[in-house]
Formats: sequence, C-alpha cells, structure tokens
Amino acid sequence: MTMNIIETNGLSKRYGSTWALRECSLAIPAGHVAALVGPNGAGKTTLLNLAVGLAEPTAGGVFVLGGRPAGSPAALDGIAFVAQDTPVYKNLPAADMLHLTRNLNRRFDQEYAETRLAELGIPLKRRAGKLSGGQQAQLALTLALARRPRLLALDEPVAMLDPIARHDFMATVLTAAADDGVSVLLSSHVLAELERVADYLILLSRGRVQVAGEVDGLLASHRMLTGPTTEADKYSERPVVHVQRGEAQTHLLVRATADDPVPPGFQAHPVGLEELALAYLREPGAAALPGPARGRALPFETGEPSEVAR
Amino acid sequence: MTALTMPARPEQDASLRPLPWRRMAWVTWRQHRAALGGVAVFLGAFAVYLWLTGIQIHHSYATACHPASSLACAINFTGRYGITAIFVSIFLQAVPALIGAFTGAPVLARELETGTFRYAWTQGIGRWRWTLGKLVPLTIAVAAAAGAFSVLFSWYNQPFFAAGYVIPFSTRVFDLHGVAFAAWTLAAFAIGALAGMLIRRVVPAIAATLAVYAGLALATGLWLREHYVTPLVTSNPNLPGSAWIISQWYAKGGTFAFPARGSQIINALSRLCPGTSNVSSAQCLSRHGYTQWTSYQPGSRFWPFQWIEGGWLLALSVLLIAVTVWLVRRRAA
Repeated sequence: MTMNIIETNGLSKRYGSTWALRECSLAIPAGHVAALVGPNGAGKTTLLNLAVGLAEPTAGGVFVLGGRPAGSPAALDGIAFVAQDTPVYKNLPAADMLHLTRNLNRRFDQEYAETRLAELGIPLKRRAGKLSGGQQAQLALTLALARRPRLLALDEPVAMLDPIARHDFMATVLTAAADDGVSVLLSSHVLAELERVADYLILLSRGRVQVAGEVDGLLASHRMLTGPTTEADKYSERPVVHVQRGEAQTHLLVRATADDPVPPGFQAHPVGLEELALAYLREPGAAALPGPARGRALPFETGEPSEVAR
Repeated sequence: MTALTMPARPEQDASLRPLPWRRMAWVTWRQHRAALGGVAVFLGAFAVYLWLTGIQIHHSYATACHPASSLACAINFTGRYGITAIFVSIFLQAVPALIGAFTGAPVLARELETGTFRYAWTQGIGRWRWTLGKLVPLTIAVAAAAGAFSVLFSWYNQPFFAAGYVIPFSTRVFDLHGVAFAAWTLAAFAIGALAGMLIRRVVPAIAATLAVYAGLALATGLWLREHYVTPLVTSNPNLPGSAWIISQWYAKGGTFAFPARGSQIINALSRLCPGTSNVSSAQCLSRHGYTQWTSYQPGSRFWPFQWIEGGWLLALSVLLIAVTVWLVRRRAA
C-alpha cells in the first residue's frame, strides 16, 4: 500500500467569476511520473498552484505527501516546484542561486547541485540571466532536485525549450524519478513527450478531471476499432469514446480490452497515449475515472460520447 | 479521505523546526544589498556635503552672530547660507519618500512581476517567514540609516535655530529632526512594500508610493500636526520666538471679531481709523477696544510632538507591514 502523493476532494478554484477548477477529486499514488494534460485554460496550472500551496482552494481540499495540507510547512518541505518559464533571479550568479536555495530549505544537497551544473556545463559564476533558456530551466530543475523532494511538481517545464534542451531536461527528471524515487507531477501540452516519460495520466478539460489512471491500465482498457462506416453506428458492445468517421472507414476509440470480442468486419488495434489523450480531448463529455473508492479496480464510469464527423 | 491515505507521521513533522532567521537574513542581504548599498551611497554622499558645508556654517555663525540679532549675523550668516539651508531642507523632504519607494516597493513587486515568487514562496521556509524575514530587517536598516542621517542634519541646522532664522516647528524642518525623519522613512518603506504587494509591478508601485507619501506628508504638515496637542491661547503680543503660531484673531468684549489677516481686518481698519496713516493697525485696533489673541504651540513642545509623530508613524508602519504579510499569506497566484 503506498501513500497518495496528491489527493484532492471536491477541489474547486474560482478566479473572479470563472471556475478554473471544479469539483476535482483525484488520488495520485506515490512513485509515478504523472502527466497533467489538457488544453490551455483547462486548469493545469491552477491544480499545480493549489498542490504546491501558491493558491488557496475556493472549495474542497488538497493534500500532499500522504495527507499533509498543501502549503503547510511539512508539505513545503517535501515538494519542489518548478514554475512555468522556470523563474530564477536573473541578477544572481548560479552559485548564489544554490546558496539562496540552501538557506531557504532544511535539506540541500550542495554536492549534487554542483556536480549536476558541472555536468551541464553551467558556470557557477555566470549570472542566471546570462544563461540560455535551456540552462536556466536546468538550473531551476537542479535547485529543485537538490532539495531532495519527495514530489517534484513541474508546470509546463519544456514548453519554451528547443528539442535538445527538452530532451535533456526530461532525462534529468526521469533519472531523479528512477534513481531517487521522486514522484513527479508535470503539466504539459506537448503530448508526444508524454509517451516516453509518463506512467500516470490526468486529463483535465474545462476545469474538470476527464481521465485519471495509470497509463498501462488506460492503454490496456482502450482499443481502436477500424471498420466500414456503414457498420460503425451499429457498434454498441462497449462504450465508445470517440468516433472518427471517414468515407469508407471509421475509427472508433472504444473502452475495451484485448479480450473483448471484435465485431465482424472490424479490426482492433492497441492505442498509444497520444492517441488516447487526443480522443478524450476531442470529447470533453467522455470520462475515464476510477470509481469512488479510488485505487481499486472498479469498472470505469462512462460518459456520453458525442460524434465528431470528419 | 480515502483508504489509501496514511496519516502524516508525527515524528517526521516534529523535526520540522522553523529555519533559523539568520538564514533568511543572508537571503535578504544577498538580494537587497545593492538597494541598501544605493541608499548608503546616496545618504553618504549627501552626508559628506552636509558635513563640509556644516563646518562653514558653524564657523560663520560663531564669528558673525554676536548677538544673533546683529546686522552682521543677518548679512554674513543667514544672508550667505540661508537659501542653501532652505534648498537642503526642501530636498531632504523628498528623501524618505525616495528611500521608501526605491527600496520598499520592489521587495514584493519585483517577485510578483518577474514570477520569481513562484520560486520563493514554495521553498521550505514558507512564505510568511520569507516575507517577514525580508521586510523587518530592511525597514530597520533604512530607518537606522535615516536616523543617523537626521542627527547630522540637526547639527547642520542648529545655527539657523540659534539665529532665529527658522523655528524647530517649521513645517519645512520639523520632520527632518529628532525621531521624525527615521519614522517617515520607515512609513515610506512600509507604504512601498504594501503598494508593491497590491500593484504587483515595480514602476507603478514606486509611483504610487511617492504619491501616497506626498499626500500623507502634506496632510500632516499642513493640517494634522498642529492638532497633536491643544494649542495655547494668549493675548500677550510678545510671544517667544520659538513659538509655532497656529492662528491669530481679534476679539472685542470677549467675543471673536475677525481674523488677524484677510479682507475683514482691512475693512475694520478703514472703518475705525479712516485716513490715518500715522497710527499702526495694532494701535488703531487696541484704541477701539479690540484685543489680539494668538493660539500657538510653544517651542517646549518640540520633543512631545516628535514622539507623537514618531509614535503614530511607527504604529502605521507596523500596521502596513502586518497587512502586507497577511496579504502574502492569503493572496496567491
């Protein structure tokens, strides 16, 4: 039995008259690299801000590291957050950023931080503002990891980076997750990246959780059925998430396992994470959530899929 | 709570003692040493100027002003240095506002403007300790620097008091002396910090700080200060030179007649003593039974007034900083 690294109960956040997050109930077990996916304005940053204690919920609760209130001293102590655009003090040399972070925290692995910056070729004496975007991001990540957190929260960490810097950044994150057992929660709208890194997916849409679960389980419970368009409407064996209709062939993303029977005239393919995420993003009404007793393997709730004609 | 949640282990949380303040002191020093250095250089350069001219002023007073009412004093001392002293005091009126705006406003506004608050407020120290650990040492530092500076200015200005060129209660110099200068600097810093938190941008926060400070300082100098203690009232025309005259008026038979300036007194004079140019207005009015009354603050009240002004400014500053810390705790991204 593992603890939940993040757990929310009916979590809602309103800015002015806009609900950034509504009735969000989640439980992400520790030990995952969890990806928070959704279109712009879906509430990804809001959820992260609530989890790291930068924002206060309008309603509901958010607990981290096994039941600690977000933003409490114990929570702050165990969570390192790298915000969007990886803010660092531009006028401070990298060495002073290390010193600053060491003074602001109970734990700080100076040796790790210095070794990593040396490996990355980031001179300690250079001002953070003079570093490239990728180096600034790596500096911010190094500061976060040197705190030896139990949860590393990253808000769109690679959005501004070029492909090489993006690759290097994610490699550092994955190394920390694999070697040190750091749980990771990262928001991203770079779907292609996630296939490689994430083993837990949370899909947000319009402030609500649409999909949440381990990637392996999600992929195993979804199939892409391809068959003649004329037959597609008759398919009703399993819940349909998304329909991509063509002249002759139609693709149905259905909630079915490899053992489920395939209707005559159809072919079944396994789905990839990107494909799955895209299908749900196109169908904001559909949902794949664990049941009320989170963590137990209950049948998924189903939403009413709407058709998208092509 | 779900079945998966394990309660936070108490022994682990018990070890979470607050981080020592000296660590935060290093952070504050590292991040604001440039601003504090700027204040030190600015006040230091001005102090050197005050010291050099102050020596000349003291020398000139010592040689020319025996007695202070002599013509030599008026020519060689106040005539030579009076205008300079006026400019110095007017410039100094702006100094607390400048210090407060340029050191106080950026503390939070820069973090909020550049997004670094997302770094700073998610560190283990916690954001309210971070805020307090920045604002308290910085306020003490700028107030102490201002306090030391005003001691020098008091020395510089002392001969002008002695010569009766300016009274300590003068609006132009009262808040540059004693505890008031440090208190005003403290208040300006606190206004700046709160403005930075509310406005969240450095330049507008600096502008707002200057505007609010100017309004507060003017309101205090022009209206508020004279009401700290009820003024004394006298009909004796020979007031001590250090008295701060609040208002003067004429009364007849124990009832108010007209103020001692403005159109009413001119009308009264032309009615009572028409066409007579060989009697002074005072003689004319007293001949007709009018008495001049004066309300004033005696010079002996200088220090009580200093402490009153310092006290309410300190209270205001503490309140503003408390509000700022509260906002940091409450308001979030």
